[in-house]
Amino acid sequence: MIDVSDPRQATATAPTPTVRPRRYLPQQRHLPVLATLTLLATMYGLGALNYTGFAQPQILLNVFVDNAFLLVVAVGMTFVILTGGIDLSVGAVVALTTVCAAVLLREGWPAGVVLPLVLLIGTTLGLLMGLIIHFFDIQPFIVTLAGMFFARGLCHLITSDSIPITDAFWTAAAQHRIRFGDGYFISISVVIALVVVLIAAFVLAYTPFGRNVYAIGGNPQSALLMGLPAGRTRIAVYTISGFCAALGGVLLSFYMLSGYSLHAQGMELDAIAAVVIGGTLLTGGSGYLLGTVLGVGVLGLIQTIIAFQADLSSWWTKIVIGVLLFAFIILQRLVTRRRG
Amino acid sequence: MSDTHRRLTGLVRQRLFWPVLILVVLLVSNLFFTPSFFSITVRDGHLYGSLIDILRASTPLVLVAVGMTVVIATGGIDLSVGSVMAISGALACLHISGLADQNSVTGVLFAVVLALGLSVLLGLWNGALVAAIGIQPIIATLILMVAGRGLAQLITDGQIINVNSAPYKVIGAGYALTLPVSVLIVVAVVTAAALLIRRSALGMLVESVGGNPTASRLAGIRARQLVILAYVFAGLCAGIAGLIFSSNVSSADGNNAGNLIELDAILAVVIGGTALTGGRFSLAGSVLGAVIIKALDITIYTIGIPSQANLLFKAVVVIVLCLAQSSAFRARLAGITRRGGPARPPATPPGKRPDGTGGGLPQQAGPAAPAEAEVRA
Repeated sequence: MIDVSDPRQATATAPTPTVRPRRYLPQQRHLPVLATLTLLATMYGLGALNYTGFAQPQILLNVFVDNAFLLVVAVGMTFVILTGGIDLSVGAVVALTTVCAAVLLREGWPAGVVLPLVLLIGTTLGLLMGLIIHFFDIQPFIVTLAGMFFARGLCHLITSDSIPITDAFWTAAAQHRIRFGDGYFISISVVIALVVVLIAAFVLAYTPFGRNVYAIGGNPQSALLMGLPAGRTRIAVYTISGFCAALGGVLLSFYMLSGYSLHAQGMELDAIAAVVIGGTLLTGGSGYLLGTVLGVGVLGLIQTIIAFQADLSSWWTKIVIGVLLFAFIILQRLVTRRRG
Repeated sequence: MSDTHRRLTGLVRQRLFWPVLILVVLLVSNLFFTPSFFSITVRDGHLYGSLIDILRASTPLVLVAVGMTVVIATGGIDLSVGSVMAISGALACLHISGLADQNSVTGVLFAVVLALGLSVLLGLWNGALVAAIGIQPIIATLILMVAGRGLAQLITDGQIINVNSAPYKVIGAGYALTLPVSVLIVVAVVTAAALLIRRSALGMLVESVGGNPTASRLAGIRARQLVILAYVFAGLCAGIAGLIFSSNVSSADGNNAGNLIELDAILAVVIGGTALTGGRFSLAGSVLGAVIIKALDITIYTIGIPSQANLLFKAVVVIVLCLAQSSAFRARLAGITRRGGPARPPATPPGKRPDGTGGGLPQQAGPAAPAEAEVRA
């Protein structure tokens, strides 16, 4: 089926013959990210005005210290959503990673073996889901739902207890602080998360694989007809998401220093929310990793503001995230409609 | 093909054959662990027994699954049902706990009407987002799923509201005509829904909208109202389920009520043979699916496996069912089994590439539809 009713591509590339007066107009595709940036700046400004101590740079750094694992998971989710898919299994894979790492370390396995092993487990799960989605033509939603059940069930089968991690490498990674300036610091997790973001942004923007991801999300059939390796790309994004979830799990185990099958409950929703608030279109094909970073920042800043505002309870976080999701989805509709 | 063989394949091809078989196998396997599994006794004028327990435990899920079926039939999905359950129970309990006399029947009735009214409104909100604004169903209902959990906690103020109201307790834990009231409520709701949907053109219109939105629009079907109605129905079902759930324990827990029930409901719908792509649906199948899930829970519990491990079983069930529904998988399987037999051209369904590339495209779900129609005929 070829959708002939969509003149978007034709008009978007047509050169405009008239010379308009020079005025800064942001590109349509940058609008959602700019909106997120404005929101982030407004929230930070309001926080700094209303609460003493909020304006300190360390508060902003702490947002990333506390959400480094979410950032890594959201990067993987961005790849998947860009192809028009969804990955519901990430929260469960994060939990599985923390449980596996904690149990293996308790058994006395060296950290140098455990670390690659848990990363491999998550990546393999992602690969398997990608293979099923591609080869058997089943909706990503239901396959990753099964993956979520599978990983959570596996956690509980291994152990339902919370296991502390006492391994020297893990505690060192958890407690090490990278200090700079006037006593500001970030954790190793933030550095890892930023490296992941940079690599992922490079891959998306400058490699053939990244362009394939956008192409498949924009129009799967056109991508296929153009001869792009749709299947390979689709399998790869779920593998990447699995890897990112496992890495996020490692970072969470640094943060919590424990493995627990109930860790990261509902994290898939946070990751999806971060990606959407970051301006990535849920239908796929449009969005930037920078947006995802900003989206995670928005989620973190909401938690910080609610922590500062003593009379607001934690459930307001969920309500505010819901309202923001709504606002950004409406914005996405407006942007895509105006383009059409 | 002999006559018995044909009759046998006809039976296997029945849409409800596999769900019924799974349920029977599950129930019979319980006999090995608890010999008295099938015995039903009468005590104090009520029926008691494991089968009744399974029915009673599955009531909220059956309701949610029936609502979900209609939404999925329109080509959508409703992730917010768990949150709506929590909100409905929380609002009813909040109202009852504020009554001077918690045992007043009119007060409880008003609380029920209030909770169900709000559930309908929430369903209307979902439907408006999907049908009027045109947001993808997964995302539109994700908003209420996240925010609704917060709303429920806001209503209960983060606490668990306990009520001590005899009339309210009847909804989830009472008995009438020797059967649990909750089971009777579910039977009434499902029967009414089935009559309304199958005895009028509604069901056909819903299937048409879910099966091919463009064709139904060209045929003059007003998809918008139908889709909104489907989400309202799902909201109402979730609201009733929330009342049953909270009444059964005489309390409202904004955090845990209906947690993850949306996933179980989707699973129940898939087990019941309704495809997630929309179109043809089976209410009876979804009811069976929901009972199967609860029977599985109880079976695992009686065998003595840690109860959380049933997630693993569910994962296996989902994958197996989806593979069975996937035409790409069936084509592959047919290819493998025929390779050993006499030489025949490779079996490829029309419109499907033999290597299965281009998976996940909604358009390619098309070729599966005629095959399904044959099965039903």
